[in-house]
Amino acid sequence: MDLFEYQGKQFFARFGIPVSPGDTADAVDDAVAVADRIGYPVVVKAQVQVGGRGKAGGIQLADTSDEVRAHAESILGMDIKGHVVRRLWIERASDIEAEYYASFTLDRSAKRHLGMLSAKGGVDIEQVAEEDPAAIARIHIDPVAGLSEEQTRAWVAEAGLDERATDGAVDILQKLYRAYTEGDADLVEINPLILTPEGKLHALDAKVTLDGNASFRHPEWDELEGLESIDERERLAHEKGLQYVGLDGTVGVIANGAGLAMSTCDVVNQVGGQPANFLDIGGGASAEVMANALEVINTDDKVKAIFINIFGGITKGEDVANGIVTALGRVELRSPIVIRLDGTNAEEGRAILAAHESDTLISKPTMLEAARAAVELAKGA
Amino acid sequence: MSIFVNRDTKVIVQGITGSQGRFYALRNRDYGTQVVGGTNPKKAGTDVEGIPVFASVAEARAETGATASMVIVPAPFAKDAVMEAAEAGMELIVVLTEGIPAHDEAWFYNKLAQDHPGSRVLGPNCPGILTAGECNIGFIPAEVATAGGPVGIVSRSGTLTYQALNELTEKGIGVTTCVGIGGDPVPGTSFIDCLEAFQADPDTKAVIMFGEIGGTAEEEAAAFIAGNMDKPVAAYVAGVTAPPGKKMGHAGAIVSGGKGTAQAKMDALREAGVLVAQNPTEAGELMAEAVKNL
Repeated sequence: MDLFEYQGKQFFARFGIPVSPGDTADAVDDAVAVADRIGYPVVVKAQVQVGGRGKAGGIQLADTSDEVRAHAESILGMDIKGHVVRRLWIERASDIEAEYYASFTLDRSAKRHLGMLSAKGGVDIEQVAEEDPAAIARIHIDPVAGLSEEQTRAWVAEAGLDERATDGAVDILQKLYRAYTEGDADLVEINPLILTPEGKLHALDAKVTLDGNASFRHPEWDELEGLESIDERERLAHEKGLQYVGLDGTVGVIANGAGLAMSTCDVVNQVGGQPANFLDIGGGASAEVMANALEVINTDDKVKAIFINIFGGITKGEDVANGIVTALGRVELRSPIVIRLDGTNAEEGRAILAAHESDTLISKPTMLEAARAAVELAKGA
Repeated sequence: MSIFVNRDTKVIVQGITGSQGRFYALRNRDYGTQVVGGTNPKKAGTDVEGIPVFASVAEARAETGATASMVIVPAPFAKDAVMEAAEAGMELIVVLTEGIPAHDEAWFYNKLAQDHPGSRVLGPNCPGILTAGECNIGFIPAEVATAGGPVGIVSRSGTLTYQALNELTEKGIGVTTCVGIGGDPVPGTSFIDCLEAFQADPDTKAVIMFGEIGGTAEEEAAAFIAGNMDKPVAAYVAGVTAPPGKKMGHAGAIVSGGKGTAQAKMDALREAGVLVAQNPTEAGELMAEAVKNL
């Protein structure tokens, strides 16, 4: 779950990480009111979950109410790489003496947390990593032992920040690590972490990705939902608890398990078709889940045939078959279905399907045959 | 022979009184697995179709001599369940539960490595492990497998694990052990752990490996195969047509470098001498060829 900058800053503030005073605004008048309240100069920032806001003109400095009004008018509604700006974050402008980079994330390969700190912040850090890897001080952290102040101090020294920044950096990094762990984030990133002429450090940007699996222990996350500008089909699928990624082809894909769903898309592609989507109905798929999946696919006008590929382990064959039968009664499907059903209780499932087989409900024994049939139907349609 | 589990492995089920726990405990027992107990402090003293329910893993172990545990509790309780199993001295902890927070996984992986090095976690979010004809712990539909070897299977994806079994059975090829390591960020058992065990197992003569996009586990496995294995390996990596996934900020991109795409993984595997397939069926065909030439 990716947070908007303002949500990330609110998240940081809860852990005591200094951020600029500011507030959100969804309308031009509100933007002016916020700016008047926090005092000039201010920065008007587009809230979108995509990089390159600044280059697109989505971040503007304003010294007066009139400037805020002009910038808010131009930025609200702006399309930045397909993301429409619906909200602004207005914050007090900061004097910047130096820009640093700080982050924590999981290093899957080392199976430990990885902290990265660099005196070369504010720019494209991936480029720094490529051209001058030594400019990024890295630390691996044992999740059991955590990050001690002593380790943090040595890490900060290695990064070569301005001397005046040392104590502030140690403090912020300790808090950022707490935000990362206690806050159940997959990623916390501050770029830039700025040093002001007064020698103070604070977070000028905030990039936070929360681990959706931890939502059960974070009731406060409920407030964060709702502003994501995702594809309508993806939103519908998400509401129904399905993993859906929209693609551009004509063969709708439904499979259980991310690996099989990906593989199904691959096979459709190999036999000459194009998948319209990736849809993983997950484990324990019930009749309800299967019906929901078919409803989501049915909203896609490009779909000419649907390929359901189920290999049952946790998903029982009769549940899959009942789901399809239920969905057929519930939704008027626009496209024929090719189904390949195997695994746990596959016989029972196939028996249920056999009673409903027709020109628009075809059963094939293998993945490749089913893919070929679905692609043929999609092309013939 | 086999790896990690066999006909003598005694298994308890943490979460046996839930509907899923009950379903798979009984399925696994029906297959011949020695499912000797389960735990639920609130239902201790009762039984599930003759399988005794104990108050704790320690008690279950003391009473039954079980060395393996199948964890099928809700995600919020998974971390405690894993620790309880490790503290009770379980040698193999198969965590089927999905949706466990990444920080919990990272924590118990490291905690076990430090304090309970004799405990191996398989998973989380994995389909389990099957030694064909002997022992099945988890979701794997064992009836699609043919027992007797000579092929070992290791897969990151649950349903692709079953697909691999199916491909082999259709070609009349048996398996020794089939391991689903799960696709979560911090798997307790890696491709390399399994490949190493398969290389050491005299009955396993060849290995099928199914990977998927993301992370660098397949690249690391490729390096291991190149340096340490003389048994043939066939591989398939799912996700060739997957759109570039959501990038985890800049930090994620730096960690993975240019790795993580299906293409990068297939290239690394091919360079390591692995027979790389374009789809699961082709992996089965390549394996059939390799088995013929053994």
